[in-house]
Amino acid sequence: MPQTNRENGVSPGRLTPADVQANFADLHPAYDEHEALVAADRCYFCHDAPCMTACPTTIDIPLFIRQIATGTPEAAAKTILDQNILGGMCARVCPTETLCEEVCVREVAEGKPVEIGRLQRYATDTLMAKGVHPFVRAAETGKQVAVVGAGPSGLACAHRLAMLGHNVVVFEARSKGGGLNEFGIAAYKSTNDFAQKELDWLMAIGGIEIRYQQALGQSITLDGLQDDFDAVFLGMGLTAVNALRLDGEDKTNVTDAVDFIADLRQASDLTALPVGRRVVVIGGGMTAIDAGVQAKLLGAEDVTIVYRRGQEAMAASKFEQDLARQKGVTLICNATPVGIEGNGSLTAVTFAYTETRDGKLETLDETFTLPADQLFKAIGQKLGDTPDGLTLDGGKIAVNDAQKTNLANVWAGGDCASGGDDLTVTAVAEGRDAAMDIHATLTGAS
Amino acid sequence: MADLTSNFLGIKSPNPFWLASAPPTDKEYNVRRAFEAGWGGVVWKTLGAEGPPVVNVNGPRYGAIHGADRRLLGLNNIELITDRPLEVNLEEMARVKKDYPDHALIASVMVPCEEDEWKRIIPRIAETGCDGFELNFGCPHGMAERGMGSAVGQVPEYIEMVTRWCKEATDLPVIVKLTPNITNILLPAQAAKDGGADAVSLINTINSITNVNLDAMAPEPMIDGKGTHGGYCGPAVKPIALNMVAEIARNPGTHGLPISGIGGVTTWRDAAEFMALGAGNVQVCTAAMTYGFKVVQEMISGLSQWMDEKGYTSIEEVVGRAVPNVTDWQYLNLNHVTKARIDQDACIQCGRCYAACEDTSHQAISMSEDRVFDVKDDECVACNLCVNVCPVDGCITMETIAPGAMDERTGKVVEKEYANWTTHPNNPSATAAE
Repeated sequence: MPQTNRENGVSPGRLTPADVQANFADLHPAYDEHEALVAADRCYFCHDAPCMTACPTTIDIPLFIRQIATGTPEAAAKTILDQNILGGMCARVCPTETLCEEVCVREVAEGKPVEIGRLQRYATDTLMAKGVHPFVRAAETGKQVAVVGAGPSGLACAHRLAMLGHNVVVFEARSKGGGLNEFGIAAYKSTNDFAQKELDWLMAIGGIEIRYQQALGQSITLDGLQDDFDAVFLGMGLTAVNALRLDGEDKTNVTDAVDFIADLRQASDLTALPVGRRVVVIGGGMTAIDAGVQAKLLGAEDVTIVYRRGQEAMAASKFEQDLARQKGVTLICNATPVGIEGNGSLTAVTFAYTETRDGKLETLDETFTLPADQLFKAIGQKLGDTPDGLTLDGGKIAVNDAQKTNLANVWAGGDCASGGDDLTVTAVAEGRDAAMDIHATLTGAS
Repeated sequence: MADLTSNFLGIKSPNPFWLASAPPTDKEYNVRRAFEAGWGGVVWKTLGAEGPPVVNVNGPRYGAIHGADRRLLGLNNIELITDRPLEVNLEEMARVKKDYPDHALIASVMVPCEEDEWKRIIPRIAETGCDGFELNFGCPHGMAERGMGSAVGQVPEYIEMVTRWCKEATDLPVIVKLTPNITNILLPAQAAKDGGADAVSLINTINSITNVNLDAMAPEPMIDGKGTHGGYCGPAVKPIALNMVAEIARNPGTHGLPISGIGGVTTWRDAAEFMALGAGNVQVCTAAMTYGFKVVQEMISGLSQWMDEKGYTSIEEVVGRAVPNVTDWQYLNLNHVTKARIDQDACIQCGRCYAACEDTSHQAISMSEDRVFDVKDDECVACNLCVNVCPVDGCITMETIAPGAMDERTGKVVEKEYANWTTHPNNPSATAAE
């Protein structure tokens, strides 16, 4: 891809619109029917299948693949959505290489798993393209439940509650729903405004109202929700970010990777989005990869992701790391930032090498400096201010196995709650499970 | 290098792989391509009586069933015998035979059940220089309704009669092609032999409906909303064909009658199996129709490699070699005890053996929390289902329990002596062992 703009600094239009469009095409294009049938035929229909166990939402994968193979992708979609109402998004963003596909027996046997994620997408896309919503609400219970956050856990919780006959009001801090599906995922994983389409499709069940620009602690309070509703589910995610705590962190073009990713997802014209000529990303998780890869795809000449520990400790999967390398991103491990250089504007970042001794990370004296005109921090997100009275556990809202917090009639799930990985699919499972427990509590079944 | 040269009824061909009488052998163009591709012989598409030829339907002629990855497992057809004029076929046959004198060219024939019809056409076809005849008493659709094909093949007396007419009309070898759409293959085979047939070939296709169009509610292949049964062939019919070949080969009345094996031959291995059960050569159709004529190259190289590995130098050494080991159930050794063994290194932990055994068999496979599957010797009846459902070839095998060792299921010591049902105490009509 020819570079059209080699200016130093942070600048838009580094590539032609055609190149940018090609770069941000669907990472895993949808299967056509033939491809889906060929892929489905590879499934062995395992007993007590490992893929199913590995799925945080426990989708009956062998069953849905058999349903695809026998020409009923709509039935397959129902099997998926029964367990995971955001099965369409999860098909796109799940790190299947560390979940279902990692344990597929054909991965074990041949190093080539059944492509479960793409098959799931085929099934859910087929159903959604027909505009069908396959669930109907139970008779209204008259119970009102507040859900805080219209992200994966909140939406999963809201849908399940609505299905069970409860009325749900979702309070969303932003002016758009979807949470990280809308704001926090690389654009090439969710193309064509899929997060909003899925949200609209999910809402078709009825019984759910979303109120936007309603942030907890600002226009609404937990106390108020507890007073006004029969139950409250907290799914507001991690709203704060960790800081480097280095001098110069306030320099121009030193920003949080999550903001860059969100801006990119919301941009109507990617060529208008400025990006550095030389970009450094600090971090080792999916956010670092998403930011680094997308900076490269926007036309940054050099993108380097620097992680303070060894490669084996990176939270990003091997697939994600390989993707970054394949796109031309450099990965450097065992280096930690010690200096942000530049007069006003960023010009370089200095790193010191690290070493792990006796399980402890130590910073060495030897350093190196990477020229940079844009620095993204991707060193983790954390819980924002939480209402008083909530017990925390490891910086997250403490919940039990049923996603119940310590407060009466308050449940929590997704990234803001303790337990589980910070994944869309885990958030969906937690939202769903919380809904089931809320339902049991409200109907006196437990 | 093994010698694959075939001498079947004195008809020589470079290898034992012939194309069966079927669509691939309907005309000169195809047959020349087949010989160039390496096929040893061809049975020309069945010739009918002189006069206006038969007509075929103008809609689909074939139906199919598929396995994984749309692998074609079974094909059926409602095509009739050649729909080209007799004279055209005869001219082409003569030309081809002249150009390929070392390849086998057999004429398949089907005319109404009248002596003068057969005695008129056989010598006329012989003028082409063909190497022999195959009497089509097997075609199960269309022609049967007109008193030909399987309508003849289902009446042993007709088989014998027509075979005799043909033998009286020619000195060339006469092969009688048998239909499997009967209850006992020995009767038509015996009739063919009694009529003087030099050989039988089998099986022809099986009456079948491959699938039903659930929108139109009609069988496929569907012609204007209607369907009819067709002749089934391809890999799916091989087991039926092998059994019928073996029955003819081992039955004292028909033992020794040369057999041309037909039915789902797709690879060299299939061919070797037919020959081991008594077929002197094999005829192939569906494999060629699925993959083209080139498949014969694998059949040739595979059979050759296998024969070399086994030390067989000629086809004759293979033919019939497994026949002595085909027996009746009552003679199987009840003192032969085996148990399933799972190779844990090869196991990919799909658990299908467990599901099959637990749900549908003898609850003889255990499953641990970490998905290790083991055979419970005290429950295993050695049914072999786990072997068959395992997706990894060779992962589960049957181990013979040595005489003197304990069969944990029965609690009895495995006996060394052969003992079968005929002498078993539970058999009300058991005969004394002594």
